[in-house]
Parts: sequence; C-alpha cells; structure tokens
Amino acid sequence: MSTDIKNKIKIQAENVNFYYGKHHAIKNLNINIYDNKVTAFIGPSGCGKSTFLRMLNKMNDLVPNTRAEGSLIFEGQNILEKKIDVVSIRKKVGMVFQKPNPFPKSIYQNIAYGLEVNGIKDKNFIREKVEDSLKKAALWNEVKERLHTSALMLSGGQQQRLCIARCLAVEPHVILFDEPCASLDPISTAKVEELILELKKYYTIVIVTHNMQQAARVSDYTAFMYLGELIECDKTEVIFTIPKEEKTEQYLSGKFG
Amino acid sequence: MKQKIYQILGFSIITACVVITLFFLASIIYLITVKGFHSISWEFLTSIPRKSMTEGGVAPAILGTFYLVIGSILIALPLGVACAIYLNEYSPTGYMVNIIRMSINNLAGVPSVVFGLFGLAVFVNLFGFGVSILSGSLTLAMLILPSIISASQEALMAVPYSIREASLALGATHWQTIKKTVLPTAMPGIMTGVILSIGRAAGETAPILFTAATFYRRSYPSSILDETMALPYHIYALMTEGTHPDKQVAIAYGCALILLVLVLLVSAFAIIIRNKYRSGYVH
Repeated sequence: MSTDIKNKIKIQAENVNFYYGKHHAIKNLNINIYDNKVTAFIGPSGCGKSTFLRMLNKMNDLVPNTRAEGSLIFEGQNILEKKIDVVSIRKKVGMVFQKPNPFPKSIYQNIAYGLEVNGIKDKNFIREKVEDSLKKAALWNEVKERLHTSALMLSGGQQQRLCIARCLAVEPHVILFDEPCASLDPISTAKVEELILELKKYYTIVIVTHNMQQAARVSDYTAFMYLGELIECDKTEVIFTIPKEEKTEQYLSGKFG
Repeated sequence: MKQKIYQILGFSIITACVVITLFFLASIIYLITVKGFHSISWEFLTSIPRKSMTEGGVAPAILGTFYLVIGSILIALPLGVACAIYLNEYSPTGYMVNIIRMSINNLAGVPSVVFGLFGLAVFVNLFGFGVSILSGSLTLAMLILPSIISASQEALMAVPYSIREASLALGATHWQTIKKTVLPTAMPGIMTGVILSIGRAAGETAPILFTAATFYRRSYPSSILDETMALPYHIYALMTEGTHPDKQVAIAYGCALILLVLVLLVSAFAIIIRNKYRSGYVH
C-alpha cells in the first residue's frame, strides 16, 4: 500500500479484523484515508467493504455477536476501543445509506432532527441551517415551497439528496456513502455524483459502490477488496489503468464479480 | 373452465360470510336501538335511579363506566407501551424474553372473572383500596394490558430498521431514537390497540363485579376511592334482580344503547388522535 505524504491522513486502519460470530469478515486490513479526498471501496458482494464502512461510524456495534480487533485511528482516537463514546463518533462521521431512508416527517423536520438531538434549540439557527444544508445538497430550489410537507412525497433521488442534506446539517468531518445510488435512476445518480465531487472540498468522503464506473468518476483513491482482504489501494487512475495485482485486473475486466 | 367455477364458488362463499357477519352486527345495533330508544330521555341520562331502579335515570352508571374506562386506559397505556418498548427495543433476544412474551400472551387468555377475583384479593383487600373506581380501573387495566402490549409490539416491529439506523447515524442516542422516531411512527398502531381495549373495558362485567361496581347508589362518586355504579353491571342487575321485570327490561335495553354510544364516542376520540398521528407524520 502506498502512502501519500502530500496528503493529511484522516483515518488510519492498522491490522483491522472483524468477525460476525465465527465468520472472519475483514482480515488484517491496513489503509489510510486522506482528508478532503474521496476514497472508493470496490469488490464483489460479501468482500467486507460495507462492513468496513460501517466500522467507521460504529454502526456494526448494533449487530449482536460481532467483534472487532486492531486499531482504527480517527482524529487521534482508536475508535475500536470499548470505552469510546459512539454517539460522539457518529456525530463526526455521517452516513448516507443504500436506500433513501428519510424519517416519516416533514422535509424541514428531517433536517432539523440531527440538530435537535444534539441539543440545539435556537429556532432561527435551525431554520438557517435547514436552508443552508438543502442548498449544499442541491435540493433547495426543488423543495423550498414545500418544506413542511412529508419527505415521503419526494422522488427517490430527491429523498437521497434529502438524506445527504440531513447528514450535512450536523457538520460531520467524514461522510460515508454506502452504495448511495443503488436504488436510483441514471439522472438522479448523476446528480448525487456531482454532489459528491462538490462535497469533497469540505469533507472527507468514503464511498462503497458496486458500480466501477462510478468509482472511476468520483474517487481520488480506490481500494479493491476481495474475500475480506484489501487486495490493493492506490490512486484511482492507477488502479483503473495499471493495477499491480492480478486479482484487481481480473475484477476490473469483469472476469469475476 | 373448472378453475373459473372454483373462483366463482370461492368468492361467493367469502361474500356470504361477510353478509352474515354484517347481518349479525346490524341486527345487534337495530335490536338495541329499537328496544332501548324509548327509555332514553334527558331525565334518563342526567338523573339518579328512583323507586328501586324502575324510574329515574342512570347517570351514575354512565359516569361510573366513563371513569372506569378512562382510568383503566390511563393505567394500562403507559404500562403496556413501556413493556412493549422494553421487549422490542431493549431486551436482549433470548430465552427469558420468549418466556415473558409467552406469559403475556397467556394473560390474554385468562377468563375475566379470574381477573375479578385477583382484583378483589390484591387491590381491594391487600392494598386496601376497597371496592372503588381505583380498584376497578386497576383490575380492568390488567385485563386489557395484554392486548395493548401486543398491539404496541406489532406497531413497534413494523417501524423500519432503516429509519432507526438513520437516527443513530446522526448521533442520536438509543433513547432519542425511540422517543423521537420509533414511537411517533408506531403511534397509529398503538392507538388501534387502545381503541379495541376501550370497548373491552367498557363492556366487561366480571372484573368490576367484586372490585368497583355497586348495585345501587344514591349519589355520584366523589373520589376514586368511592364505589360506583357501572352500565354493564347495572344491566346485569336489572335483568337478574328486582321486583318489576317489565319496567326493568326496558331500562336495561336503554342502558345497553347508552353503553354502545359511549364506547363509540370514546373510540371516536381515540380514532381522531390516531388519524392525527397518521397524517401527523407532518406536524
């Protein structure tokens, strides 16, 4: 794995292992995730890429009978330690899920939610933050007339951008995207990708995707995983043109998947 | 061709079942209304019984039943919802939880007169609440608790896991997630449980027989430790005791009609709350 000295490391994984019961889902993973860059994880289903993503905001803690080993340093803390405050980690590491999952509440409340649970009561501040987040997620113009109608009335693509806006409102440092376009049509997909490219100016982004073209389009770094191991991670243009490992080349050319 | 005949046959049987059910339902309402209607008057609704219950009104019984229903819902709703939240959101899945779930389901099958005896032994005697609205409400609450718990549990289970994840991923605690997302989403289902329980609590005679109800009372109950008249028990008393069966039967039907309308009104109120939550996805 190459280390890029020019860039600041945001998350550093060292010998990370993860188990679902007896199943060894992530094996000795070492990787650096750089600040203000997009890092994409690709690989066939079940390779552990989503599991790794969900380790970064402690979502795997919700799954019973799981175990993590190694160190995952985020802003100077090993977040795999037991005594870590998961709530504060999740505030700093936001997540956008595979299927849009807005709350069954109004558009406005969907965004305000994250602020309210973090103890913010100032109505004016919340109102400004809602507008600001929706603008950043390129949704403001489509919804500004109907902020107080149900979020469930929006289209799938709009819902996903709402979920991104909701995530932005709590000002995370890192945003995780778990196959964010898996259930979207091509036009909505293009909008979300455009947004990711815009957002990387302000955030560190990690994206898991099944779509290799998507990884090529949006990411600066690409990591290829297979059967729980990190096979190769490098600059995206390197991975897609001259991969070092045979497995990576085979996967990218569609020989298995 | 054969399939077509089977289909027609199948649909006909289903339709017939619906018609029969509706027939019973309609005839109950019709009978009670026709037989009870001429007993109803302003005096009947607002005054206390006179001349060994052959004249006057049934106001204390109406009020008593109203108190008992509200009392039992106020006790059973928070208890039941709390139990359902514990079982669904907090308890580790496993052997103990299955036993608790099974016990709750079994509780639903206990005959209501057994609850009555339990209420007498525990609330009336042991706790010393006496024969009172409080004892009756507690006993009725025990009776409706299982259905409130299981309706709440089903409602909680129907809340998609994805929106819990969404909430937690925003840095909400487990408790905030339940309070702000899971519970409001489950509320319509929980209210359905409440609506069904209202009818049950209003109509049951056996649980209040030994714990709350009195045959005859000259005044309105003034505290929750007073015994009270109640519509179902009043109907029972009118039909089985007394010396003027001719007059009493008419009054009994009048009481039945009032009971029906009372359940309808209280349920309608609960339905309004439910609909508010349903559309209330947007407050």
